[in-house]
Amino acid sequence: MKRVGVFVCHCGINIASTVDVSRVVEDLHDYPGIAYIQDYKYMCSDPGQNLLKEAIKSEKLDAVVIAACSPTLHENTFRLAVQTVGMNPYNCEIANIREQCSWVHKDRTVATEKAKRIIRAVVEKALLDESLEPIKVPVVRKAVVLGGGIAGIQAALNIANSDYEVILVEKQSSIGGRMAQLSETFPTLDCSQCILTPKMVDVAQHPKIRLLTYAELADVSGFVGNFKVKIRQKARYVDWDKCTGCGLCIEKCPQKVASEFDQGLGKRKAIFTPFAQAVPNKPVIDCDNCTYFKTGKCRVCEKLCPFEAINFVETDTYIEEEVGAIVVATGYDVYPVLNMGEYGSGKIPDVVDGLTFERLLSSSGPTGGEVRRPSDGKIPKEIVFIKCVGSRDPEHHFPYCSKICCMYTTKHAMLYKHRVPDGQPYIFYMDVRAGGKGYEEFYQRAQDEDKVLFLRGKVSKLYQDDDKVVVCGIDTLSGSNVEIRADLVVLAMAIRPSKGIEELAKLLKISIDQNGFLTEAHPKLRPVESLSAGIYLAGCAQAPKDIPDTVAQATATAAMVANLFAKEYLLHDPIITGVDEELCSGCGLCVAVCPYDARKTNREKGLVEVNEVLCEACGACAAACPSGAAQQRNFTDEQLNRMVRAILTT
Amino acid sequence: MFEPKIVAFFCKWCTSAGADLAGTSRLRYEPNVTGIRVMCSSRVDPEHVLDAFRNGADGVLIGGCHPGDCHYQTGNYQTLKRVKLLKQMMTDLNINEKRLRLEWISAAEGKRFARVVDEFTAEIRQLGRIQYTPL
Repeated sequence: MKRVGVFVCHCGINIASTVDVSRVVEDLHDYPGIAYIQDYKYMCSDPGQNLLKEAIKSEKLDAVVIAACSPTLHENTFRLAVQTVGMNPYNCEIANIREQCSWVHKDRTVATEKAKRIIRAVVEKALLDESLEPIKVPVVRKAVVLGGGIAGIQAALNIANSDYEVILVEKQSSIGGRMAQLSETFPTLDCSQCILTPKMVDVAQHPKIRLLTYAELADVSGFVGNFKVKIRQKARYVDWDKCTGCGLCIEKCPQKVASEFDQGLGKRKAIFTPFAQAVPNKPVIDCDNCTYFKTGKCRVCEKLCPFEAINFVETDTYIEEEVGAIVVATGYDVYPVLNMGEYGSGKIPDVVDGLTFERLLSSSGPTGGEVRRPSDGKIPKEIVFIKCVGSRDPEHHFPYCSKICCMYTTKHAMLYKHRVPDGQPYIFYMDVRAGGKGYEEFYQRAQDEDKVLFLRGKVSKLYQDDDKVVVCGIDTLSGSNVEIRADLVVLAMAIRPSKGIEELAKLLKISIDQNGFLTEAHPKLRPVESLSAGIYLAGCAQAPKDIPDTVAQATATAAMVANLFAKEYLLHDPIITGVDEELCSGCGLCVAVCPYDARKTNREKGLVEVNEVLCEACGACAAACPSGAAQQRNFTDEQLNRMVRAILTT
Repeated sequence: MFEPKIVAFFCKWCTSAGADLAGTSRLRYEPNVTGIRVMCSSRVDPEHVLDAFRNGADGVLIGGCHPGDCHYQTGNYQTLKRVKLLKQMMTDLNINEKRLRLEWISAAEGKRFARVVDEFTAEIRQLGRIQYTPL
């Protein structure tokens, strides 16, 4: 039998005032399994730890139980101490007789009895504890970043600048994301493309970044440090190795379609780059709209291309890579106006969403930055902005605040006023949330300098009347109904996680919250990690946030990735649940309850196999196993049963 | 007065931390419950519970994280399912199913921890010593 030593701490008077420590020592002295027992005033102090180390050596102890405070406080302290004299740390156990005994009871006799019960139980555990070594897992020092918006760009650049390889995957043919669509950014009003495009170029030129655009994640397997990802490279029908991006094909393509980048306001060709500053600046053919794909005739681009880069028979290809970490930065979509019956369901041409208005303000947009309304190209003289459309509306749409709308709507009104000095902007709001560096000042400036009129209230409906949009709202501050005959209405629509997030979350085995955003491991203390080790979250895929917050979060994911990659091995807690092959019948009950896919049935062998690295040591499988083949290390059935009995023995 | 013997299983992340909070808050509660700290409430095998009753426990308390808060995502749901079945089985074995209680107690609920222990102790005290007749 193992020689277990017990060390009972007085914790000054914290334990000793209610637990009769010498009584405990005396009564447990002959308890079977306790080879040595001693008490001391402060076990965690240096002399206390030395006493522990000396006793381990002189009494030849195989395991120790420290009866003291909660293991959350000093388990690590004592485990480190015993290691210095050659004891395996998993042979050091804590019996919590302070928080769960001396501090909650008054009666000295009952507290002493309870302390004895607690110690006896932990001694039983220690008697059967195994010496364990942390499971070492090698790390592939390469990351994949999903999404090439500002979040993905920032994360990729930061990881690459730590000298680790990065694969940046973007579903569009160019990186840039939503930020590339924006006109100017609050609160500084610097042009979005001017600050973004240099970063896009950095990505393309970075020796450590492999850029895969027009691509998406098709499959993923593995675990932290050792993921295998399969990426689908969608057919571009243009051989980018040959293409120089001269643009001749785009110029001559006869087929025009609505530009997604311009929110449908402008046109693009069937062979296209989404915008002029695209990175990579090479086109793809939109096969749904290409004349050749539809009718079998045309091939103008093919005939004109000086480099013979057009390839109509190209197909999707797959790229497989091993990576150690995954950053999810898939961004957001705007909730469609279609869902707002009271605001015309998207059928009134001069009622647009905020992102569309960005394109109207952008100097690279379809109107060259002049504010012209979509219906007839007139410059609107009265413009109404409505905030919280779909957001903060738990009955009908979404309960959350989309966070960016207060500031961008203020910016919209301000920029409109700069473009149309004799125009009048109105903003209907529920609240103005201008928390952020320089945000409140920006909001004040909109009111003081640009004379933006803020009306506190909701708009009940709007409808088309001749060439006007009639806005019926209420100003709750004056208590009066307001009717504005506006030329243009801009809706600050709720933002949603981008399309396909559910499938992606399933693929990655990470969870999404009640609103569809990706769930972080802890809302405060682990805000950039997912619940799956090695998968990190950045940007609006996790929650609505503005550019500064997105960049900060993306930088944080890069720090987490660098942190992971800096280690030679990952160390994994070894208290996992294995399989006793002699006992296992391969029934698979344990497989069904494992939340981490750590267990797999091997039908050929008729056994369950465990991936120790994926096991997080909850023990759910051990309880499910009908044959006792699944035993959690150092929490075996026998240990728990003996602990139960030790508590019940008097 | 009859002093029942109660064995408890507390998950490391929520209930055991809640018990620690009750301690640091110097709350007072009944001393009859002795806890065993497991990683997750889902580690508790119905067999452990029955073994406790077999060895003279008058009550068994299991504490886990609140639904949706499980450190292991779904562990507490497994516990819930098992406890439900186990209670049926206890009735068949002629053990009052009230002798087993499952509670969700978070790391922030020191007061709730103390209340649950007191309530459960009072209930078991009223039920009296377990009468277990082997089948």
